[in-house]
Amino acid sequence: MSPRQRKPQHKPKARRAGVTTVVVLRLYIAGGAPNSVQAIANLEAICREYLKDGHKLEVVDVLEHPQRAMAEGVLVTPSLAKLTPLPSATVVGNLSDKARVLLALGLKRKVQ
Amino acid sequence: MRAKNGQPLPKLATGIEGFDELSRGGLPRHRTSLLIGGPGAGKTVFALQCLVNAARQQRVPGIFVAFEESSRQIMANGATFNWGLASLVPKKLFFLDAHLSPTLVKAGDFDLAGMLAMLAAKKKEMGAQWIVFDGIDVLVTLLQDPVAEMQEIYRIRDWLADNALTAIVTAKIENHTSAVHYGFLQFMADCVVRFERRHEDRVAAQTIQITKYRGSSYAACEFPVSFGPLGIEVGAAEAAEIEHRASSGRVTTGIKRLDAMLGGGVFRGSSTLISGVPGTSKTTLAGMFAEAACRRGERALFVSFDEAAEQIVRNLSSVGIQLRPHVKSGLLRIYSARTGGTSAEEHLLKLRSLIREHQPRCLVIDPLTAIAKAGTLGAARSVANRLIYMVKDEGITLVVTALSETDEPQTESTDLQVSTIADTWIHLSYLVRSGERNRALTIIKSRGTWHSNQVRELVLSKSGATLTDVYTAGGEVLMGTLRWEKEVEETARTTRRRAEFNQKRRELQFAEANLSDQIKALQADLERQRAELALYSGENEVRNVSSSDRENELRRRRSSGPEDRSLRKAAK
Repeated sequence: MSPRQRKPQHKPKARRAGVTTVVVLRLYIAGGAPNSVQAIANLEAICREYLKDGHKLEVVDVLEHPQRAMAEGVLVTPSLAKLTPLPSATVVGNLSDKARVLLALGLKRKVQ
Repeated sequence: MRAKNGQPLPKLATGIEGFDELSRGGLPRHRTSLLIGGPGAGKTVFALQCLVNAARQQRVPGIFVAFEESSRQIMANGATFNWGLASLVPKKLFFLDAHLSPTLVKAGDFDLAGMLAMLAAKKKEMGAQWIVFDGIDVLVTLLQDPVAEMQEIYRIRDWLADNALTAIVTAKIENHTSAVHYGFLQFMADCVVRFERRHEDRVAAQTIQITKYRGSSYAACEFPVSFGPLGIEVGAAEAAEIEHRASSGRVTTGIKRLDAMLGGGVFRGSSTLISGVPGTSKTTLAGMFAEAACRRGERALFVSFDEAAEQIVRNLSSVGIQLRPHVKSGLLRIYSARTGGTSAEEHLLKLRSLIREHQPRCLVIDPLTAIAKAGTLGAARSVANRLIYMVKDEGITLVVTALSETDEPQTESTDLQVSTIADTWIHLSYLVRSGERNRALTIIKSRGTWHSNQVRELVLSKSGATLTDVYTAGGEVLMGTLRWEKEVEETARTTRRRAEFNQKRRELQFAEANLSDQIKALQADLERQRAELALYSGENEVRNVSSSDRENELRRRRSSGPEDRSLRKAAK
């Protein structure tokens, strides 16, 4: 069930708005593990709310690309990496703690 | 639990000195072993050493997942051992830095599904058969939820079972009851090994203990652990049954007279204890034994505590024991160890590696009692025991010296209790009398051999130590000047007695001769007197006859008158 559910979700997220600052995110998940499924849903909601302007999200399934994940320093899943803008940040967990996610991604300030 | 077909549990040898013996073959194959213990107890070294040994000895690759320390730190620590760690990475040994950065933001629950997927891929790629999860407690703490902890531990267990890996999981647990996940960890593991580091008499003592081993027997007590050049070494117990080859060949002690006292020397492969107070020449005797071994062309190892090798060579050369040429030729190895701060266990491990390196046939430890300097006496006793048995197993002839505090040989036996295991026990002591201190040697025991029961004097000279003949006088053994004086006195007395005797004999002979002369003279006198007597009595008869004739004549001539009668009466 995992690949099917994930792919349709990440395609609309990955659309480019072509606006000034593009936030590039990469989410590593482990197939259909409950935490991974939750993380996708939570991230989707955050993006909808705070990154309407434009963002780029790539979802990497570690079960399918273990070598790549290892090379990129992933340890636990789910794990979210903010690649740009700098400073880069990593958040682990199912992203249920919205406030911490926003803080880590540098989005909360913008909102307030 | 035995496998279903009744075969014993398959095990993989760890290659760790001593551990494979006490675990009866190593860790369970394709199962999980849990190493628990406080910080610095040796868990990480043990785990890494298993991987290194597998990689080096069996060419079997392994994966090391480091949750606590960074792989760089672990590599640096591992480089202190002679493992050639750098050459194994990454083909035979792969490190995964699973150390979560402290800056990492945790927003919600996570799991290990991704990590295990990555590890499975890596395992496939390199063909790994061993895996280590080092510091799983760190990871588990990050989960911050007992339910999640349990879940992840189960996940790891299932993953390990699916991937047919032999796993070692380490967890820093000091107080068993306080750790929530301890129970699960224990449950998941088929073998649990507890590491402990504690202080005994100001010396850190490290121990290892198998507390659980499903489907296998194991040595259940605590075993001392120490770190040698090849990593962890476990002071495993010797077999319960003592099996030594008993040789009837004799080895010289280096002193001919001592050999004679022992009925031809000590048995090859036996152990000899030389006890005595300081300055009784224990080292000299030990040195002579070592020198004699080298002279026979045998390899010898001289282990000295708290005395430098150079110093020993110099000191012994002053009594004619030349060790230097043997050191140069490589036959003799002198090893000097400091005793301060080193536990008895460490000494034992060092000795074991030295024995392996040098392969001696004769071993001297001077003094063995030094191992008890640091740490508890109990530990030192156990080490002394194991040392002697280990050396015996190797068929090495051993001479150990033991320092006794008092001159009573009996008190030595209370110290390290070596005297009960030693085959031969020689005690050196001082005999102080009339301003002299003389060394005395006694053989207290010598198993399986005739030995002299007498105390002998040990004399040191430029040509080594010798034993002098016993001088017994009036039920006492005399030594030193006293012996010499007594000897001289005795000789003089003998000479005098002989002279006196000769003189007396001469006197008597003279007297005898004198007497016999006198006898002869007297005899002659007697003869003469007899002759005289005979002569006299003959004359008398003649006279008697003639007087009566003369009377008759006179009577006839004078026609007798009264006057004649009166005259005749007067003549009668």
